[in-house]
Amino acid sequence: MVMKILTAPRMDRCIGCHSCSLACARLVHKKLSWNTAGIRIHSSGGLTTGFVAENCMACDPAPCVEVCPTEAFIQRRGGGVIVKKNLCIRCGKCVDACPVDAIYQNHEKEVFVCIHCGRCVKYCPQDCLEMIEVSI
Amino acid sequence: MMRDHFRVLLYDLTVGKGKYVNLDGRNSAVGGSGLAALLYSQYGQPQLPWNDPAQPLIFAIGPLTGMFPLMSKTVCAFKSSYHNQYTESHAGGRMAVALAFAGLDALVLTGRAPRLSCLGIGTHAMELKDVEFLRGKDASVAGKMMRKIFNAGSGHRSLLRIGSAGERGSSMACINVDTYRHFGRLGGGASMGVKNLKGLIVQGDGDYSLLDSKEYVSVYNKVYSQMTDTRMMTKYHDLGTAANMQSLNDIESLPWNNLQKTSDAGIEAISGNTFAEETLLRNGACSACPVGCIHIGYIREKVGEEHRYHYHQVPYDYEPIFAAGSMLGVKNAFDVLRILDVMELGCIDVMSGGVALAWATEAFERGLITTEQTIIPLAFGDSGNYVLAAEHLCNGTNDFYALLSQGTLRASEKYGGSEFACVLGQEMAGYATGELFFAAQALGFRHSHLDTGAYSYDQKHSEKNVEAGVKFLMEDEPGRVFLTSMVACLFARSVYSDEQLAECLESVGYNEIAASIPAVSEQIRKERWKVRIATGFHPDHIDIPKRFYSVKTWKGDVDKEYLDELKQEYGRRIMFLMDDK
Repeated sequence: MVMKILTAPRMDRCIGCHSCSLACARLVHKKLSWNTAGIRIHSSGGLTTGFVAENCMACDPAPCVEVCPTEAFIQRRGGGVIVKKNLCIRCGKCVDACPVDAIYQNHEKEVFVCIHCGRCVKYCPQDCLEMIEVSI
Repeated sequence: MMRDHFRVLLYDLTVGKGKYVNLDGRNSAVGGSGLAALLYSQYGQPQLPWNDPAQPLIFAIGPLTGMFPLMSKTVCAFKSSYHNQYTESHAGGRMAVALAFAGLDALVLTGRAPRLSCLGIGTHAMELKDVEFLRGKDASVAGKMMRKIFNAGSGHRSLLRIGSAGERGSSMACINVDTYRHFGRLGGGASMGVKNLKGLIVQGDGDYSLLDSKEYVSVYNKVYSQMTDTRMMTKYHDLGTAANMQSLNDIESLPWNNLQKTSDAGIEAISGNTFAEETLLRNGACSACPVGCIHIGYIREKVGEEHRYHYHQVPYDYEPIFAAGSMLGVKNAFDVLRILDVMELGCIDVMSGGVALAWATEAFERGLITTEQTIIPLAFGDSGNYVLAAEHLCNGTNDFYALLSQGTLRASEKYGGSEFACVLGQEMAGYATGELFFAAQALGFRHSHLDTGAYSYDQKHSEKNVEAGVKFLMEDEPGRVFLTSMVACLFARSVYSDEQLAECLESVGYNEIAASIPAVSEQIRKERWKVRIATGFHPDHIDIPKRFYSVKTWKGDVDKEYLDELKQEYGRRIMFLMDDK
């Protein structure tokens, strides 16, 4: 059996349009925001240095799952997490546990992380993003 | 996110305090240009000079900013140091979306900070910091330091700064927006400098719930597809506006050597294709724009005799290449970028700067000025000395450069040569297309080629029909005013028809605006001119220099009588807007 995970293998092409982040926020989280998205694009020391993506690396086992006290984060097969929002107490332990800052916590302490749905991919005009298959 | 009012931050730099206010008028002023005029009506001081601390510096966005692609620009409005009248300048970058995600429709800055300062705002932040140590620092250094000083929100914020030109009140001083974009024209940098404001950082750190609307998602996808899957935006995505260099030269409409000619056989050296093939390092985009029209070239400089190099990244477009290239007779793409780089770092508007140096060159050749004024000799094509002259213009090194950086006409009043000053309300845009454009830029609201499509009309019409030409200008303006009230990138005007805009507005709940676009457009046009006229505009105060009457385009020699009649009639129709009930 295979699962798919989101990857950002061609970020050297990124032009910083934020279309992926805005798509995730709009379609997955019903939000208008740069931040409340599973993938977030940042410049790194100003726009002269290009862009980096903050997104889930699909860890397995995922350290954010291990620290979650309420099982709001559950290990996803193939890597990453399944999020049960109604169980989340907004403690932020997952945010601290993530080694690549892939989890965002807004001012209301709600957390946002990539669920590897791939809805952002088609909005990238530069083909930076790709869903890849992983065997489980 | 849909608001039936405007949420505005009023910040008083004198006392270092701000407050949020809600203003009515969404359905009539919409946002952007309309909102800025409304705010100047409320907070502006038409009778006071541009540099009075009470004058507001306004930044306004539109109702769909961040919600649809290419709704990515910001209107900056202020009383201009150039002509002491109300004006607007527009810029892309991240500013628009940052303001939207900071929960604002507009930011209004008044007062004057006691010392050179930098303001940082966000949904949970508002702080004015002393940055006196940044005085005289260029855009690059100031940007790097500001990122350190305000370390929150890295990557999801907009960063504005001015250079020494703005600090000393130059009428050509621009505001650098996110390194590669600018509030360029008519001295926005001076309006920031006179407030002792070196920089502004806007954190877009908020998030706003969207209605779970299938209609919104569907309309968004339709617009996005037109932007990315069709050829509607190909020009901007591929060579960018720099493609105009070749096409305007081909039809004898590209200003060369201070508009002494309109085409040159050496165009290939600075064509859009040459820039793309030889100098283009990468592309960039404004936030929420998948087109990515920002073209960033590079220059590599050798330091000393050994093989040691550093490089700079320099944005280019048609207008900068015209100003630092053909207008100065410079026929080497890298040399054009070297001149632009100096003006970029010094935060001077490159269009104004290039045209001013072109006038200075002709004045030097005619003996009106000497190296006593210019410090170094100026000659068309001498890019090395233009790099030095650009530095002098940014810094106002001596009385001559300080005066020239207040406007070419001001320098020509002292030294002579006003007849060959290429000024149409402000230093000309790069379109020697004919009589209608010259009249339109001279009297246009922003003295911009984007106020109306006159440059395009000229390229399609050789007949001399005053009524038809002015009718075109008057009928073309309201649609553009509505787009700049949204505030859409004007590159998207082929996608954002009135019908498409109505569909977008309806999909997120702005039904009343959607149903009244023509009437609202006309009303905003009128309100905007009303504010401008209240600050001193009158068409009779603007002269068209003789140089424009000796231009030869694809249509032949410019017809003086036709141009004068166009200017007269266009001015009359603008002023008639105030009487038209």
